Formats: sequence, C-alpha cells, structure tokens
Amino acid sequence: MNAVNASGWRPSMGETGEAGEKFVTSSGDYGLMLEEALSFELGSSEKCGVDLDTPARPAAAGLSKFLRKAAPALPGLTEPETVRHYTRLSRQNYAIDLGPFPLGSCTMKHNPRLNEKMARLPGFADVHPLQPQKSVEGALEVIEQLADWLITLTGMASVAMSPKAGAHGELCGLLCIRAALDARGEKRDVVLVPESAHGTNPATAAFAGFKVQSIPATPEGRVDLDALKAKLGPNVAGVMITNPNTCGLFEPEMKAIGDAVHAAGGYVYCDGANFNAIVGKVRPGDLGVDAMHINLHKTFSTPHGGGGPGAGPVVLSEALAPFAPLPFVTRSADGTVHLVEEENAGEGHAQAFGRMVAFHGQMGMFTRALTYILSHGADGLRQVAEDAVLNANYVLRSCEDLLPAPFAKSGPCMHEALFSDAGLAEGFSTLDIAKGLIDEGFHPMTVYFPLVVKGAMLVEPTETESKAGLDRFIGSLRSLAQRAKDGDQSLHSAPHFAPRRRLDETLAARKPVLVWQGHLGEPGTPSLSEFGGS
Amino acid sequence: MTRYFSQEHEWLEVEGDLGTVGITDYAQGQLGDITFVDLPEAGATFGKGDSVAVVDSVKAASDVYTPVSGTIAEVNAALGDEPELVNTDAEVGGWLFRITLSDASELSGLMDEAAYKDYVDSL
Repeated sequence: MNAVNASGWRPSMGETGEAGEKFVTSSGDYGLMLEEALSFELGSSEKCGVDLDTPARPAAAGLSKFLRKAAPALPGLTEPETVRHYTRLSRQNYAIDLGPFPLGSCTMKHNPRLNEKMARLPGFADVHPLQPQKSVEGALEVIEQLADWLITLTGMASVAMSPKAGAHGELCGLLCIRAALDARGEKRDVVLVPESAHGTNPATAAFAGFKVQSIPATPEGRVDLDALKAKLGPNVAGVMITNPNTCGLFEPEMKAIGDAVHAAGGYVYCDGANFNAIVGKVRPGDLGVDAMHINLHKTFSTPHGGGGPGAGPVVLSEALAPFAPLPFVTRSADGTVHLVEEENAGEGHAQAFGRMVAFHGQMGMFTRALTYILSHGADGLRQVAEDAVLNANYVLRSCEDLLPAPFAKSGPCMHEALFSDAGLAEGFSTLDIAKGLIDEGFHPMTVYFPLVVKGAMLVEPTETESKAGLDRFIGSLRSLAQRAKDGDQSLHSAPHFAPRRRLDETLAARKPVLVWQGHLGEPGTPSLSEFGGS
Repeated sequence: MTRYFSQEHEWLEVEGDLGTVGITDYAQGQLGDITFVDLPEAGATFGKGDSVAVVDSVKAASDVYTPVSGTIAEVNAALGDEPELVNTDAEVGGWLFRITLSDASELSGLMDEAAYKDYVDSL
C-alpha cells in the first residue's frame, strides 16, 4: 500500500467482505474519503510554485552574518497542489454549514447569507481606516445605527464599539470601572466572580490587575446572594456576573445583586455572551448593569469559530459612559455622523480611559450584525430569544430521563441545557459521549464545563435548528447515553468513522510536538531550539 | 505528624511549623490526567485561602489554595517533568509545595482524615 500521510493515524476505513477479506486501496483514499499528507510530505524544498526572477543585484548585501547558508526547508508546492491540500483538509472538518454545532456557551448558529452579501458591498468591504471621514460617511452611519440598536436593546446609556472580542470587551468594561474608581479617588482591588460565570471573567479581572474572589453557587445553580453580600465592602470594585449563567439559568436576583453592589460602592459587569436568550425580552440596563459586552459573533450571527475576527461592543451605564475608550462614532445635532478621536474629544470625553485598538472596530462584523438586526426587526429579535429558549428546553426535557440534568428542577432553562455524566456504567464518562457524537455526525457539545457540575455536558442547540434537526440530535444523544449506561465497550474507542481515531489528549498536552520533525538534522533546517523547543 | 484536609480538596501534613501541601486523591480523580503544574516561587508569602498554584488537566485548569497562611519554603521540582505524579501518587510523591506556617491556629478550621472522608462521601 502506497498510502499518503505516513505520520498520520488513520482509521481502518476498508469494508470487510463476506469471506472476512479486507478491502483496501493502494492510494489510502476510499472513494470520496480522501486522505491527505502533510504539506512537508507533499512538497519539496527544491520546488517553488511561482516563477521568481533572479534579482538584478544580490539581495544579501548588508545581511552579513544573518545571511542564510542554505535555503529554508519550506515545503514548495505548486498552486494546484496547494489548493487541493487545503480543500482536502477542509473536507475532514466540521462546520456550521454541515450540521448542528451544539457547543454550549458558544452560540454556534447559522450565519445568514444576506449578512455576507451586505458585507461584500464595495462601499463597506473596501473602506480603509485611514480614509478621509468625508469618504466613509456610509460606513460611519452603519456603526452609529448599530450602536443605537445595541443601546436600545440593552437599555443602556452608551456603547463602546471598538473591542474586538468578548474577552476584549470584558477588559474594556473593567478598565472603565477602574477609570471611574480613579475619578472618585478610590482604590478598590477586589472583583467578585460567581462560580456560574464564564471562565474568561476571572481571567479578565486578574489581567486588569484585580484580585478575584469566588462566590459559590446555590444548589439550584444560581448566584448565592447572601454569600455575595457577605463579601461586599470598601475594597470591592465590582462583580462580574454571567446572565443567563453557564448553568443555562436566568439569574432572577440580578436586580437585588445590582442594588447591593451599588450600595457598597461597586459596579456590576454582566457577561453578555448569552444575550441571545433574552434579547428583546430583558433590558440589562433595567437590572442595574453598569457594563456588558455583546458578542456580535453570537447573538447577532456574525461568523464565529473559524479564527476570524469577532466583535465585542460594550454597553455602558450613565456612571461608566464618560470613561468609554476612543475612538467612537457620534451623531451631531444636524444629523451627520463623525468620529470622536483624541484631538476632538474635548471636555465632553476628556475622561476616556484611552484606546483599546488602533481603529474603530470590525467593520465587516458591524455590517453583518446590522443586517441581521434590520432583517429580523424588533419582533424577529424577540422570537430569536423565544426560539433559543424553546429549543434548549426541548433538548433538556427530551433527554433528562436518560442523562441526569442537575438543574432540571430549577425551572425552565434558558438557551442551553446542562447534563451530567452521573449514572453511566463504570468507566464511562462525558468524553465517551462526546466522541460518540462525532461518529453520529455531530460536533460534540461543550464538555466538563461549567466546573460546578460533574462531567458537565452543556448543549446549546441555538434558535436556528429546526424541530426535525433537534429530533435527530436528541435521537443520537439518547442512543449514546443508553450505550454508555449499558457499558458498550465500542464507545470507549469512538470515534470509529472520523478521519482520525481517538487521540491521546494527555500525551498531546504533556509532550506536544509543535514543529515538523521529518527534516530535523538536514542542512538548512532550523533546529527545534529556534522555535523555542528542545 | 498530623494530616489535615480542606474543603477545596487540599491535604496538608504538618511537622513543626512546616506544612507540606498537595491535592487529594479524590481531587486528582475528578480532574483527570494532569498535564502541567504551575507552582509558586520559594520565599513568596500567602494568606490562607489565596490561590498559590494551578493544576492543568485535560479537562480544566484548577487553582490550588493554600489551606494556611505562610511563606513558601520549597516546591516539588519533580512535577516540572512529571506532572503525572499528581495522578499516580497524589498524597505522597505528588506534593506541590512546603509552606512555613505563620499562624498555627488556622489548623483548627481544617478537617481530619475521617471528617474529609465523610465530606467526600456527601458530595
């Protein structure tokens, strides 16, 4: 067999015939199931995909000791080889355009194609951040209209549009809180974070220089209000709450929490990653929230999960609005929009804490999010929240007899259903069910998070899955839960039908191999130490 | 030598004013395969309940809190190459750090082995 990708770990794809004989192919491919070699194995450092002119004069002049003695061992591929390489790899991937992506807390929902059409209009797609303002008034109008919608939907005073991701937005919110405390002349260094908050919250607080104190969850999976009140004091800068929280539950005590924190002189940060469960239903501003980021790549359907740009605008209360970072777009009395930068911040925005990014935010995400909002309208956005909650409750109630749902008695869940792996056969755990889902043709759910639940499985079906699609997913999840309860050993080695079998995640984490090692020792090849390895 | 346990699943063995701290066998079982241990610097001073170390597993990164106040005397350097010691030998060879106690009265708030066993059984 002359199979490609000698370093890979392939499943045994071949069928077994009636006589027990194994059908194998000489290429390693099986029909439309294509194997793929590493680019280093495909290419050669002797080959180049483009025809480069020999330079008229040596480029090496002045490089002295930095001049390479041999060509770098980069894999040279032709253009068709390169195109096929990445296209073949993409066919081994899973994407929201192939099927449901029930990653809890991630809101992996359909990205409407109308968003893409609008974002590709040349007037939006081709703008440069250094263009004169007069030539980008349409783009500024989009940013201002989106800002206005976000302010209206959240009931807040203003919004900082420039943060480029959820965690970036969290940092923006905490820097606003710090600036507000500085303006009051107070030094408060503690941020309270409930156990039911997103994992980025304590990380953000620590990164912003605060000490993090954890607030326990009640047996119902919500913030323990009494425990929170007991920690409030003159050293507490604020609290970071995720609402709806990572147990998939709404925090009904939010107003009481906000009142207590404000009475103690602190501020309330709300993680708005789960805003799709309440958009059009609840305005966080009415609950006493001072700052909340909104992941445009979750609630407002911009692309997500491919490593592309995100956007995490932060809505701010009256108390924090003066400290919002520059630059931002504002509308003058005559209706025109313009940018507020350092040179024209003047007295009105002199307290801005600074600047988080060079320019104004992610234009492509703004265009897509505004398209989503305008194409849904206010009534459509309300239905987004209703459908997200309905779908999650359908999954929760359809599986709770087989998979324990620790907070099922806490009332309806919001946009995500939380299960635990208690009660599976000895030796079976959440990981086996997650790997089994790959064989069933689904992306696994979020596993082992939140930490407050043993072997957590957090399923967020999102509002864009149909009932028929949910029924298929529920059928697979129930089948896997039953197999794990029955002790079906084949589940331990799942996935059986993926391009790679179950990987040794422990070994990969303990002894990661981060660079191609096949050429090590060949002349011209950088040593591992040049990559920081050993 | 007396061994104490905390609700956060740390064990503490005290000899004189020196305490050795690790995570319990129950805790390592919950975390799964441990891939990395981030230890404090010797000489650093911490208060009871402060996060002093981080244990990374395939499932999660978990803070380790010191059950008593004091100054770090020594850390378990072997865990740099062999973090799996915390899995295979959590309550002996997989110790994390030694701390010089600054307030021995804090020990009275910790559990003994029997009380910890009851606590784990109740979870």
